[in-house]
Amino acid sequence: MRIAYDRDACQGHNRCYQLAPELFDVDEEGYAVLLVTGEVPAELEEKAQLCADNCPEFAIEVEA
Amino acid sequence: MTDTVPETKRPPVEDWATDFDHTHPDYAANAPEIWDDLRERCPVAHTERFGGAWLPTKAADVRAIAEDTDRFTSRGIIINDFRPELDIAPRGYAPPITSDPPFHAGARRLLLPPFAPKQIEAWEPMARACCRELLDEVEAELAAGGDVVDAATAYAQDIPVRVIAAMLGLPQEDGDKFRMFIHRILETPGQHDDIDPSETLVAYLSEKIRERRESGADGDDLISYLLTVEGTDGNRLSDEHVFGTIALLLIAGIDTTWSAIGASLWHLAQHPDDRRRWVEDPDVRIFAIEEFLRFYAPVTMARLAAEDTEVGGCPVKKEDWLLLSFPSYNRDPEAFEQADEFVIDRARNRHSAFGLGIHRCLGSNLARLELTVAIEEWMARFPDFELADPGTVRWSTGQVRGPRCLPVRVLGHGAA
Ligand code: SF4
Repeated sequence: MRIAYDRDACQGHNRCYQLAPELFDVDEEGYAVLLVTGEVPAELEEKAQLCADNCPEFAIEVEA
Repeated sequence: MTDTVPETKRPPVEDWATDFDHTHPDYAANAPEIWDDLRERCPVAHTERFGGAWLPTKAADVRAIAEDTDRFTSRGIIINDFRPELDIAPRGYAPPITSDPPFHAGARRLLLPPFAPKQIEAWEPMARACCRELLDEVEAELAAGGDVVDAATAYAQDIPVRVIAAMLGLPQEDGDKFRMFIHRILETPGQHDDIDPSETLVAYLSEKIRERRESGADGDDLISYLLTVEGTDGNRLSDEHVFGTIALLLIAGIDTTWSAIGASLWHLAQHPDDRRRWVEDPDVRIFAIEEFLRFYAPVTMARLAAEDTEVGGCPVKKEDWLLLSFPSYNRDPEAFEQADEFVIDRARNRHSAFGLGIHRCLGSNLARLELTVAIEEWMARFPDFELADPGTVRWSTGQVRGPRCLPVRVLGHGAA
């Protein structure tokens, strides 16, 4: 599974960091920082999907 | 401050589609039903009140307005009978919430760091201690007799007041004053021409800012920070900017979070299964909190049309008001499965309780922390409770929605 994150769309709702700190950190202004480079480790796939489904700004996309 | 049943000078509403009034007590009592009805038959309601305003109820229309800062200005965010003057744009009265681009980004950037998730985590012990202290008081009251307590006034409202007072460096004892200012500004806008000028938010904050300046503004609170920080242009902020931002921080977090905590307790009081689930399954809490926020989103923002335009096919005139009903967005079946049901473990929850776009609630991390801690602490102390008398629950009017009077009967405590 691949994950992509659009920094321009992100408004810092912080849902992703809250749901999956293994995949997302936040910078000092509260915007998300994607911690993996595209490919999601198998054990985190469910969490990646959760992040994508909960971002109010549609800033996260996953692709099976 | 004890809230009494709101008096209204407003005429009753016959049809919400053509004459809505969100400051009317009838709206407060039935808002979710009104949104559902409007979404079905007239998704963009209109009113001639307030000099002309629109209420889109579908998620897609709300999102389109929130994302379009060219067609819609934030110069006015609380609907009133008067429009804020044109020349206060792009800063507005309370930057950054009342600011438009490009001014907005700089004003917001100054405030993002103190409200970022990791900075806000540091306030958790204080918030938790505050909840426990309030619960001790509630318990003492229950022990003194009776088993009923007003969860809105004896618990929910004091949590955000105390935390924001501490962040700003204002005295905790001034909480009643904050609530009075907020009540006038948010709940009954435009209905107060008879107030002594020395009793206003303007007078109060001007005095506090003057004191802070005179003492050197070297504290580690937010007022000192705003008085000393340099804006993106390298200069200190203007007096109007500092004043507006402090007013915003003081006002924006109190009724909103009070409402979210109160509505969540109102829900739990009526749903023993959800109470049990909360207690027995700690993993569900992270989802439950977001579902409280979705289902009982307290905040509706407003915009002014910057030009003649249209929303959902309706002709909007320049300077018309638009209500951005995030609460209605959150109950739109086109955006959520089982939109009209509270699902405590809802895993897909793209709710907009904190708004959308560049004005995303700056305090959302703090609000989420306060809501989580408040519910955790209440449920740890009083896992079983019910509404004492559903007829006495009163919901606020205006653009912030939550129970202002919430008598609950604590089960298994008190008069034993
Ligand atoms: S949930 Fe979306 S908007 Fe929020 S921080 Fe993550 S990517 Fe950004």
